[in-house]
Amino acid sequence: MSSKKDRTERVIASSPPKAEPKSAFSRRGFLQGAGAGATVLTTALLNEQEAEAAALSASGPGAVEISLNVNGSDMKTKVEPRETLLDTLRDHLDLTAAKRVCDRGTCGACTIMMDGKVVYGCTVLAIDAMGRKIETLESLSPKSGKAHPIIQAFVNNDAQQCGYCTPGFVMASKAFLDKNPNPTYEDVKKGLGGNLCRCGTYMGIRKAVLEAAEVIKTGGARA
Amino acid sequence: MEKRQVMGKRLNRLDGIAKASGKAKYASDMNPDGLLYGVLLTSPHAHCNIKSIDTTEAKAVPGVTSIRVIIGAGKEVQWRGAEIASVAATSEPAARDAVRKIKVEYEILPHLVKEAELSKTGARARPSGEQISGDPEKGFAEADVTSEGVYGLPVITHCCLEPHGQVVRWSGDKIDYWPSTQNVSAVGGDLAKSLGVEVTSVNVDMQYMGGGFGSKFPADLWATEAAYHSKESGGRPVKMFLDRATELSIAGNRPSVYGKVKVAAKADGTMTAWQSETWGSGGMTGGGLNADLFPYVFRQVPNRKVNHTAVSLNMGSARAWRAPNHPQQAYITFSAMEDLAAKLKMDPIDFFKKNMGTVRQDFRPAYERQLAKGMELIEWKKNWHQRGDSGRGPVKRGLGVGFSTWGGLGHDSKCRTTINPDGSVEVEIGSQDIGTAVRTMIAMVTAETTGLDYTRIKVKLGDNHYPASGASGGSTTTGGVSVSSRKAAANALEKLFEKIAPLLNSTADQLEARDNTIRVKGDPSRSISWTAACQKLGIEKITEMGENVGRNAGKEGLITQGVAGVQMADVSVDVETGVVKMNKLVIVQDCGLVVNPKTAESQGYGAGIMTICAALMEERITDQVLGKVLNADMEFYKLASMNDIGEIIVHMDIHPDNDKRGIIGLGEPVAIGGMAAIGNAVANAIGLRVPTLPLTPDRVLAALGGKGRLA
Repeated sequence: MSSKKDRTERVIASSPPKAEPKSAFSRRGFLQGAGAGATVLTTALLNEQEAEAAALSASGPGAVEISLNVNGSDMKTKVEPRETLLDTLRDHLDLTAAKRVCDRGTCGACTIMMDGKVVYGCTVLAIDAMGRKIETLESLSPKSGKAHPIIQAFVNNDAQQCGYCTPGFVMASKAFLDKNPNPTYEDVKKGLGGNLCRCGTYMGIRKAVLEAAEVIKTGGARA
Repeated sequence: MEKRQVMGKRLNRLDGIAKASGKAKYASDMNPDGLLYGVLLTSPHAHCNIKSIDTTEAKAVPGVTSIRVIIGAGKEVQWRGAEIASVAATSEPAARDAVRKIKVEYEILPHLVKEAELSKTGARARPSGEQISGDPEKGFAEADVTSEGVYGLPVITHCCLEPHGQVVRWSGDKIDYWPSTQNVSAVGGDLAKSLGVEVTSVNVDMQYMGGGFGSKFPADLWATEAAYHSKESGGRPVKMFLDRATELSIAGNRPSVYGKVKVAAKADGTMTAWQSETWGSGGMTGGGLNADLFPYVFRQVPNRKVNHTAVSLNMGSARAWRAPNHPQQAYITFSAMEDLAAKLKMDPIDFFKKNMGTVRQDFRPAYERQLAKGMELIEWKKNWHQRGDSGRGPVKRGLGVGFSTWGGLGHDSKCRTTINPDGSVEVEIGSQDIGTAVRTMIAMVTAETTGLDYTRIKVKLGDNHYPASGASGGSTTTGGVSVSSRKAAANALEKLFEKIAPLLNSTADQLEARDNTIRVKGDPSRSISWTAACQKLGIEKITEMGENVGRNAGKEGLITQGVAGVQMADVSVDVETGVVKMNKLVIVQDCGLVVNPKTAESQGYGAGIMTICAALMEERITDQVLGKVLNADMEFYKLASMNDIGEIIVHMDIHPDNDKRGIIGLGEPVAIGGMAAIGNAVANAIGLRVPTLPLTPDRVLAALGGKGRLA
């Protein structure tokens, strides 16, 4: 029950230092509302310049209009500042490939890419994803054409059962292979050790990632 | 076997691309127009009375559409996580805000949430009574060696990745119900009963589901709550899925079992007596097991004395967990037997073989064969050593073995198969694919029967308007749907043959369907393509039914029951850190006629990994002072990652003798013996028993320090 609040506080704490602005009453109200004592302490150390920047980026506590660049398209929606990118994708934009499982950055079922880096959608706030390039699993499946080599390799190696962790695994595999185009079996075991599956599909996934690496190397990857 | 064109082939699952591309829509992915979000308020205390409950402030939260009190003032709450109230709102954050604003005054009552120490459970312990066969006293007196030990497995939870829940829309006299269930055909009736409406008003739709493992059969309280909220909102759909903490607290668990065992044998290894006093808990209800099944598999030991005590805890109740009670009974049995073998200085394989006479007679040849295969795959002769004789370095290697058995057969199942004039074939069946590739197996059975490519078969399931088929439990689904779909396809094909026979100057009984054509047996030149044959139907399609009647199924010969399996583990244990590392797990399993070896092996791999989780990591940790689960999350409720499992070899025992037995389900049998195999491998490695699973570093180090104990 407290996870949403914890998240809100965590993100405030990790945001660039911002002063208690002279004129940004909305932000001050937000901080008080969130009861973030630690943040208030930080504010005393900040300078005027930063205060101005903070005033400009103030948002909330109610729902705000945001624009997200997802899979190459700009999408507008209205979210509360405390909503995660994962929930925003799933509930507001109907992009449901990424799944909500642990909801606190442990299992990897919500793995997506942001500015080319792999992130857990449940640990990013939607408002912090503005201006970033977000890629979800949906981006690997254009309307026509053959399945992406990673997706096909998952099928060929029966690397899924119930399939609920699979979208996260496919995205994690994509990010892994982008960085490690020639992985060994051991590399795969370590590189994808951050995602969890309950049905127990790891043996198939190991083989699938190696197969996908081969296919991509020999030109099977689509642009 | 050789004549089959489709069954027995290693084929890709038909819905694989949909799942791996993220296009598959699970119940939790449904976003129908006007969606509301439901959230539960659950009890923060393990045992309490509700003195008062005030929802005034909660109702004022913007976006809230309705609040329902489930356990009202003056009522008793019996377990931590019990549902007290529920809220529906236009957004999930609003619903959570409102839940936080519900004011409840609790009167806290005494609770019990731990059961490992039976003496501390008082009146909450209910013994089932001693059962005796033979003369245990005489059996122990006659023995040359007696071994006594304590063994335990804690409560573990299903931890389904898609939590329990559903989307429900109750509009007028129609209820649309998108559940995450193992029970498509009956769950709608279950909901209708709770709501007091006619079953015909509930439409169930579930194309994909994210894991159940035995915990997703009924229409839960969450479904009725969501339905009432929907009704109160004037028919807006309501999505209500448990958050992770609630999922791990009240959505089912596998009961714990702890036990004191005494087992004895002659110097040659012949077991003379078994005595076990076991206890365990599955929460407020459950925790009982049939003690008469001890010792597991080797049950016909001549002298036995068994007793089991169920302990009631103020925690959420148990639900069926993949092979209910078998893994626990296997772990306790094979741990105790291995300890006895070690005391006898016998290779445990020799010891188990020596006692094969106490195993059900028809399983003995299978176990003998499987032991031989397993020993070969794990290189037993090369790698096994006497207990504790594992060299001087800090890393000790050991091997262990466990066994499993399960029933099978098939649940009741009806199937409707249609051959259309355009040549397409549709199969409608009120079943569900919980991850075992049922959709693919139905297509394969139908393709085998009709001589078509399996990709041409359109399988429609997940809808309660299709012919009813049983719940997916007890490894009965593959059996049930194989029979009904086989019969429906054969009946439909027969009708098509009757239409086509005159065109081929033949009779229906002389035709066969193979390679996408219909032809005269023995004269392939007289043939017609499937598509051309179907065009002759004009505007009339052929629709036929097929049925499996569970209680008769064994007599028909298409499916059967009773399987044997052997699991062997190879581990390394660092005695300085207590860390257990899996080197290899070998699973040798018979399951009759294997429909699709590729997906069958997946069941083996998956069950193997689950047993590794339960043996080395998984444990629901409760605190008696706080009365709560301390690790109701996925950070501290540990599951194995890809890097924790070592190598796994699954050997499906495919050969003509098994094949002719017909189809037998596989999900449960492969999930039973692995925990015992791993526990025994650790004992073999470090020279002593670590009594309680999971074999975490602290427990291993405690045992090495002479402080191994149950709790």
